[in-house]
Amino acid sequence: MASDKKLVSQDASLKPEDFRKIGIDERQAEVIQRESLSAWRDSWERLRQNKMAMTALGILGLIILAALIAPLFSKYNYYSNDLLSTNKPPSSEHWFGTDDLGRDIFVRTWYGARISLIVGLAAAAIDLLIGVIYGGIMGYFGGRVDNIMNKVSEILYSIPYLLVVILLLVVLEPSLGTIILALTITGWITMSWIVRGEIMQLKNREFVLASRSMGAGSKRLLFKHLLPNAVGPIIVTITLSVPNAIFAEAFLSFLGLGVQAPVASLGSMINDSLTGWLYYPWRFLFPAILISLTMLSFNIFGDGLRDALDPKLKK
Amino acid sequence: MGMVRYVANKFFYMLVSLFVLISATFFLMKAIPGDPFTSEKKVPPEIKARLYEQYGLDKPLYHQYFKYLGEIVQGDLGVSMKRLNQDVTHLIGQTFSASLKLGVIAIIVSVIVGVFLGMMAALYHRKFIDSAAMVLAVLGIAVPSFVVASLLQYVFAYKFHMFPVSGFKGPLYYVLPVTALSAQPIAFIARLTRSSMLEVLHADYIKTAKAKGLSWAAILSRHVLRNGILPVVTYMGPMTANIVTGSVVIEQIFGVGGIGKQFVEAIGVRDYTVIMGITIFYGVLLMLARFITDIAYVFVDPRIKLSGGKEG
Amino acid sequence: MKKSKSLLLMFALVLVIGTVLAGCGGNNNNANSGTNAAATNAAGNEGSTNTGTSGDEKLAADQTLRVNLTAEPPTFDPAQAQDSQANTVLKTMYEGLTRMNDETGQAEPGIAESWEISPDGLVYTFKLRDAQWSNGDPVEAADFVRAWKIVLDPNTDPTAPYAYQLYYLKNAEEYYGKKVTDFNEVGVKAVDAKTLEVTLKAPTPYFLGLLSFYTYYPVHKSVEGNTKWATNKDTMITNGAFTLTEWTTGQSLQVSKNDKYWDAANIKLAKIDFSLVNSGATELLSYKNGELDRAGAPHGEIPQEQIPIVQKELPNEFQRKGIASTYYYEFNITEKPFDNVKIRKALAMTVNRQSLIDNVTLGGQIPAYGYVPPGIAGADGEFRTAVKDSYFTEDTEAAKKLLAEGLAEEGLTELPPVELSYNTSEGHKKIALAVADMWKQALGITVNTVNQEWAVFIDNRQNLNYQIARAGWTADYNDPMTFLDMWVTGGGNNDTGYANPEYDKLIADAKASSDLAARQEMFAKAEKMIIEDDMILIPFYYYTNNSLTKEYLKGVTLDFSGAIDFTRAYLLEH
Repeated sequence: MASDKKLVSQDASLKPEDFRKIGIDERQAEVIQRESLSAWRDSWERLRQNKMAMTALGILGLIILAALIAPLFSKYNYYSNDLLSTNKPPSSEHWFGTDDLGRDIFVRTWYGARISLIVGLAAAAIDLLIGVIYGGIMGYFGGRVDNIMNKVSEILYSIPYLLVVILLLVVLEPSLGTIILALTITGWITMSWIVRGEIMQLKNREFVLASRSMGAGSKRLLFKHLLPNAVGPIIVTITLSVPNAIFAEAFLSFLGLGVQAPVASLGSMINDSLTGWLYYPWRFLFPAILISLTMLSFNIFGDGLRDALDPKLKK
Repeated sequence: MGMVRYVANKFFYMLVSLFVLISATFFLMKAIPGDPFTSEKKVPPEIKARLYEQYGLDKPLYHQYFKYLGEIVQGDLGVSMKRLNQDVTHLIGQTFSASLKLGVIAIIVSVIVGVFLGMMAALYHRKFIDSAAMVLAVLGIAVPSFVVASLLQYVFAYKFHMFPVSGFKGPLYYVLPVTALSAQPIAFIARLTRSSMLEVLHADYIKTAKAKGLSWAAILSRHVLRNGILPVVTYMGPMTANIVTGSVVIEQIFGVGGIGKQFVEAIGVRDYTVIMGITIFYGVLLMLARFITDIAYVFVDPRIKLSGGKEG
Repeated sequence: MKKSKSLLLMFALVLVIGTVLAGCGGNNNNANSGTNAAATNAAGNEGSTNTGTSGDEKLAADQTLRVNLTAEPPTFDPAQAQDSQANTVLKTMYEGLTRMNDETGQAEPGIAESWEISPDGLVYTFKLRDAQWSNGDPVEAADFVRAWKIVLDPNTDPTAPYAYQLYYLKNAEEYYGKKVTDFNEVGVKAVDAKTLEVTLKAPTPYFLGLLSFYTYYPVHKSVEGNTKWATNKDTMITNGAFTLTEWTTGQSLQVSKNDKYWDAANIKLAKIDFSLVNSGATELLSYKNGELDRAGAPHGEIPQEQIPIVQKELPNEFQRKGIASTYYYEFNITEKPFDNVKIRKALAMTVNRQSLIDNVTLGGQIPAYGYVPPGIAGADGEFRTAVKDSYFTEDTEAAKKLLAEGLAEEGLTELPPVELSYNTSEGHKKIALAVADMWKQALGITVNTVNQEWAVFIDNRQNLNYQIARAGWTADYNDPMTFLDMWVTGGGNNDTGYANPEYDKLIADAKASSDLAARQEMFAKAEKMIIEDDMILIPFYYYTNNSLTKEYLKGVTLDFSGAIDFTRAYLLEH
């Protein structure tokens, strides 16, 4: 398999004058860093040219904006019942119709989107932070450190998730924070494993060896070389981490462990509407379309971002 | 430095994990309010006291814990506290057979369909097939599984009478739950395969191989597929877990009496021995999945050394 | 560019498919919308009960009944059973001394073909008919003595949780508490193989009805020394119309006709297949798809919001029957602010029950202003007919006044936010949200609804760790006592903290009395105390069972408590 080990990361833009003989010197190492900065700028240019990804980004922006301000434009709130107008189809009075307690679905959908986004983004951010650090350390150091940390993550992972969640929602007051906590308690592990796998794969590559031989320390290697190069898979994982968290919350709603009513999330709204969706499709469709659109946008944007970050696919 | 030592080492750690898992679950479980004899129509105190005594719940927690550990070491999972006098092993055996069928079929379907979709998308990068496969994949990710399940049930069972609405009595019954359960993993695998295969396809060594005049089929099988499905192998562990948890919802919607449904029920009624039994069972299952993944990874990617060595 | 174009194309395609699907839904909706809100009628019993065979009916060749159970019975040991699902299945497999007549709500002969009651109401002498176990052994008095001994023996492993259902027997409680060690002193004796003599602790007018309950079923002698007999279909020897022939945990159950049953000639079903799906939506779809012959309560579930829809869609299959259960909210009256009766009354008077039933619960329930539900026997006919539940009325203005007075007594200017807990369930959630909103609008108080996992909820409620909690109570037997003796001081199911010596005395007197008219009067007084005087709970409604039965299925009956009897059912050609 030695023949596979070709130089793979040689950048075509390098010219002979870029090469200088350098010794083991912190100051000199900055040169490498500047190189990667311009690579980020390059990626942004590429991303901007990807219309699909930018459209997805735009839609995401709109969804977030609407989730924040749309409820303000309605005279209804998300919790007040109107038992005399339950399950009404969309009309000029209620743009998205009303639900089984006569609550306005327009307001609830955007309010629910807000809650879902908060859950998704917060959980993904925590997953990312813990997962990257944890996985990076595992993958980079390998050996005993990896072994022990991997065991710890494996043990956490093998604790049946439902039990942890029920327990947390019982021991702590059931709230948005508890749900986010419950989702992240095992959610970061997948991220850490992916980072670990990537780093393990990358760390024996020639450019890393080269950098090491030029005197780069562990921290620098990890954060300036390994992680940026592992960014593709990390991003693919994040774009799934957000929807995963949003879905996991929906899953909890399905088991009756979701957000406390009358607070709504897109997942809990879909779940509430599921038994009668044939008869009251608007109760199901609006949150379902919004949740799917959100997922779609995250995914398309994530793909675009990935393509943009990976110069190998430039052509 | 051999396979044997590697496996023995992994196996030892699995035992340690299992021990931690058992201990953690035991104490967590006991921290939840209520017990197996909590019921809306309250059992009179003298009867409750007798039940506690018989199940050893009147003893201090540490006593119960060590007693349970002792039984586990002897391979005894005990009897259910709620399904009176039923052996936990019997219960797991009966309910797992359905979940196993559902899960294994879903995993196989996910991998085959997912890798195939991802591969086609990568090979026909930026062509219609790519877009079609990716839209399918994105849809799989964008729609919650319980929505997929409900839609499938309505359209294919209720409207077109192609499959039964619920039950798990034969192959015809498997189609809808398996489809619902694998939609998400298929999507995930297709995306992973596509991106990693694209990476491989553009790697210089493939170009070299092409330049050397190696046949496309040989390149595909020797280099592209092998390197391309690496991330899929990594994903096997989490996927198994996802399918196991995901099946709770699917089992409920399609009325499949699986272990997932049993577990949720056991937690609901605080059937301690069943909760522990299924937890241990789940734990072992997931650890084995991880273990196999690790071994498979070693085989697929020779750059990972058996020792997980520190220096490159 | 090319990529974006084809992706956009696919995206458009998806949207089109989505719209088409939505369109399908829309059509359905047009056909039905507008009917649902107005669909509820004044409550009561609707649909026929389908009893009796008329001459021109032709039986279907395949007499296999298919129904769903939302939960799997945890056990088939009558001594260990504790829930309604077990009741549904055990009723097909066993028969006690008496059977509940579903029309009258009174006991009729079962394994006992006749009985005599001593003038003081304490000694019952039963004459057993020539009945057989499923293996051909005769059913004898000793089988009852054995079964009851197992239930009452504290050394049974595990001990029977419903042992107290047999405390009506003389010395039964003492035997369980080991104060009496010789079982011969307990009030049950096999005089000879076919004669059983039962002695009670106190006169119990509803005792014959109790005998149809599963804790009183006989067991075969083969169960002795085999604690696992009820976990395996092969060791289950039963004396009822059916025997257990298939059991895959979590998956399915099947009972088949027992040819040895004494009344086998009148049993037309060959088999009953029980599926075990705990989703109401799936059950309804299976029913509509022809995979089930009956759906809904008590063994299954029709999703609440689809009740008015199926009522319109399938008027000939839809059935509604009032059952002896009450849905209510209870107060923790030991803590502020609900230690104040005026505040409690204010809340009770501002729940718009009819609106709740018409718009939220949708099951045609009966608004409740009392605690004992219709269907429970009184001195002569139903208790609820003789004693009207006019203990209070819904009146927002009066409630506002009461609240103000109550707050003044408590030295408050406004009610601090109130916590309303309910256990996880779509139905309870909707009611809680609707009621919280009613209180907010009528009285301006803030109510936080708190959803708790079932056992946590029960634990909190039993430990008085709540302010207002959802509750429901179902009759154990056909007598107001089953609803009223729970509120005595320190009663096991008194989760309100109510302690009223006057009330305790009334209940004690009623328990000692065998004069039906006097008892009824005492019960009326007791009920007035907990509702009109002290308002320790807010009654919402009396339950109904809503179900769907295929037109070709006949002979399924429901008793006063909503328990179902499949044994005499049969299927017509269809």
